[in-house]
Amino acid sequence: MTGKTLYDKIWDAHLVEQDEDGTCLIYIDRHLVHEVTSPQAFEGLRMAGRQVHAPDKTIAVPDHNVPTTAGREDTANMTEESRIQVEALDRNAREFGINYYPVDDIRQGIVHIIGPEQGWTLPGMTIVCGDSHTATHGAFGALAHGIGTSEVEHVLATQTLIQKKSKNMKVEITGQLPPGVTAKDITLSIIGHTGTAGGTGYVIEYCGEAIRSLSMEGRMTVCNMAIEGGARAGLIAPDETTFDYIKGRPHAPKGAQWEAALAWWKTLYSDDDAHWDKVVTIRAEDIAPVVTWGTSPEDVRAITGTVPAPEEFRGGKAEAARRSLDYMGLEPGTPLTDIKIDAVFIGSCTNGRIEDLRAAAAILKDRKLAPGVRGMVVPGSGLVRAQAEEEGLDVIFKEAGFEWRLAGCSMCLGMNPDQLAPGERCAATSNRNFEGRMGRGGRTHLMSPAMAAAAGVTGHLTDVRELMAETV
Amino acid sequence: MEKFEKLTGIAAPLPLVNVDTDMIIPKQFLKTIKRTGLGVNLFDEMRYDADGNEKPDFVLNRPQYRNAEILIAGDNFGCGSSREHAPWAIKDFGIRCVVAPSFADIFFNNCFKNGILPVVLPQEQVDILMKDAEKGANARMTVDLENQTITTSEGEVIAFDVDPFRKHCLLEGLDDIGLTLEKAAAIDGFESSMAQARPWV
Repeated sequence: MTGKTLYDKIWDAHLVEQDEDGTCLIYIDRHLVHEVTSPQAFEGLRMAGRQVHAPDKTIAVPDHNVPTTAGREDTANMTEESRIQVEALDRNAREFGINYYPVDDIRQGIVHIIGPEQGWTLPGMTIVCGDSHTATHGAFGALAHGIGTSEVEHVLATQTLIQKKSKNMKVEITGQLPPGVTAKDITLSIIGHTGTAGGTGYVIEYCGEAIRSLSMEGRMTVCNMAIEGGARAGLIAPDETTFDYIKGRPHAPKGAQWEAALAWWKTLYSDDDAHWDKVVTIRAEDIAPVVTWGTSPEDVRAITGTVPAPEEFRGGKAEAARRSLDYMGLEPGTPLTDIKIDAVFIGSCTNGRIEDLRAAAAILKDRKLAPGVRGMVVPGSGLVRAQAEEEGLDVIFKEAGFEWRLAGCSMCLGMNPDQLAPGERCAATSNRNFEGRMGRGGRTHLMSPAMAAAAGVTGHLTDVRELMAETV
Repeated sequence: MEKFEKLTGIAAPLPLVNVDTDMIIPKQFLKTIKRTGLGVNLFDEMRYDADGNEKPDFVLNRPQYRNAEILIAGDNFGCGSSREHAPWAIKDFGIRCVVAPSFADIFFNNCFKNGILPVVLPQEQVDILMKDAEKGANARMTVDLENQTITTSEGEVIAFDVDPFRKHCLLEGLDDIGLTLEKAAAIDGFESSMAQARPWV
């Protein structure tokens, strides 16, 4: 008999019922809720006279459209539309009795950052949220993915989802990362390799020495962008790094339950003889610090390269590349390091954790933003912010000329006041470089926190390794 | 949910790959707490200039496609965010069927929850439909879910696959939640056994 993948094991452990045609009812262990994709779902419950099936497994936090400036705990300081959504979440959370971190709670933050931080996210769980970057939680060996609002309502009402099983894909990163290359470079390079639809229909398990060597923060960055590669979810098998991170967190199991949980978690790996429908192998030594040049996360190039020409692509991608270059205001053949920037954004569920802020601060220490470049640091949670302040990172950012903001999704999706102006070009640690994503007409280059910091210092896209050499 | 059985209507060509959900409905329109009224902002930044005037070249602004009910698109349609506002905007505009060589997973699921039929076809067949759609208002296609066929304006019949359960739900206009609540006993049973096996969850 063939062995099982990690995905197979988690799936089997949550199967409530399976129909003859393969349609399954899957139990959901954790449901994360935010203000933008939930109002219609709660309204649907109310209209049908239904309750939240498992309020103790449901966690709500406002993050997408909250301002990141002081005074936001008074909703009068929000735009009217944001206020309506934030107040709706507040009302829904209290009325249905679900776990809730309001905007004035220090534990508030981006939903995918606070889930792990509070110990809600545990190995072997099924976790969903009305947000595509739910894949982040896969870093713990949890099957985690985004759902639409109708499915949010379905989970609220039944604590299950109707699903068909995806295929298994293994992405192995062999060897050790060279200096200056980070988890963000891994995940962008994978998407550059497989394309944004390369993972469609699959759940990806990331493995290999380079993945094993990553911290939990780095693993979350890798899994976060699984959706950008089209995959339903990304997974990393739990190990000692995972268990060390979880132990002692507020909602992690304690005492005898910890021991029982640990015993099960240690069985959560893919068997040697498991079947893979697709395998991708990348050598860590071949990964360089990368940036995106276009308007799709697959538009990835090593920072040492040049802006490509549309003719380098085939099929519909050539036309898409032409459109991207026009939107981004770039000429083929331009060295990427010649691209000047106007703004730096450090934050998001991809790179808003403490390690990300440390990496950016290490580059910014005793340096300043280039003249004319504005910078914003938005910690992923109130607790990340407090930790950074304890370490003095906020001082480094402020002395370099950055704004030091409160936690939220901020500029990553520009639903709040933090936006790019038309034509403004930004070095961003977020996850999407789509047209208009960070503000209508705004131009986004995705990269790691250290690379974004380096671009801020020089005023143009920069190979961070050059600044690292100077530091040494 | 509104049923989808058979639809004869105008198909609009949108030959772009990786049409993302930010293009379909930009974030400033996600601040609604309703499911309706988003059609006017469908493809907002492609459809209107910064002053809110229609861009005459955009396909849905051209006279022959203003009442399109079918959209023919490129690879990886609906990639990006999980926002269900994307299918809500498409439906509110009046489009009930999207045909593409591939769709992003979450968008694909979201369509079925809203009475929209997403059809996956090989590139060559999408090309045939794209050409037919480019003829404009005279080209009316027929999408027949029961028989799983699309018939071009010239009578060419193209068959497509669809998941049987999802087909059944669309044809009957069934609400998933109602169906699942019929399985309440199985869910309760699962929860009881899990309380023993994994009490920390």
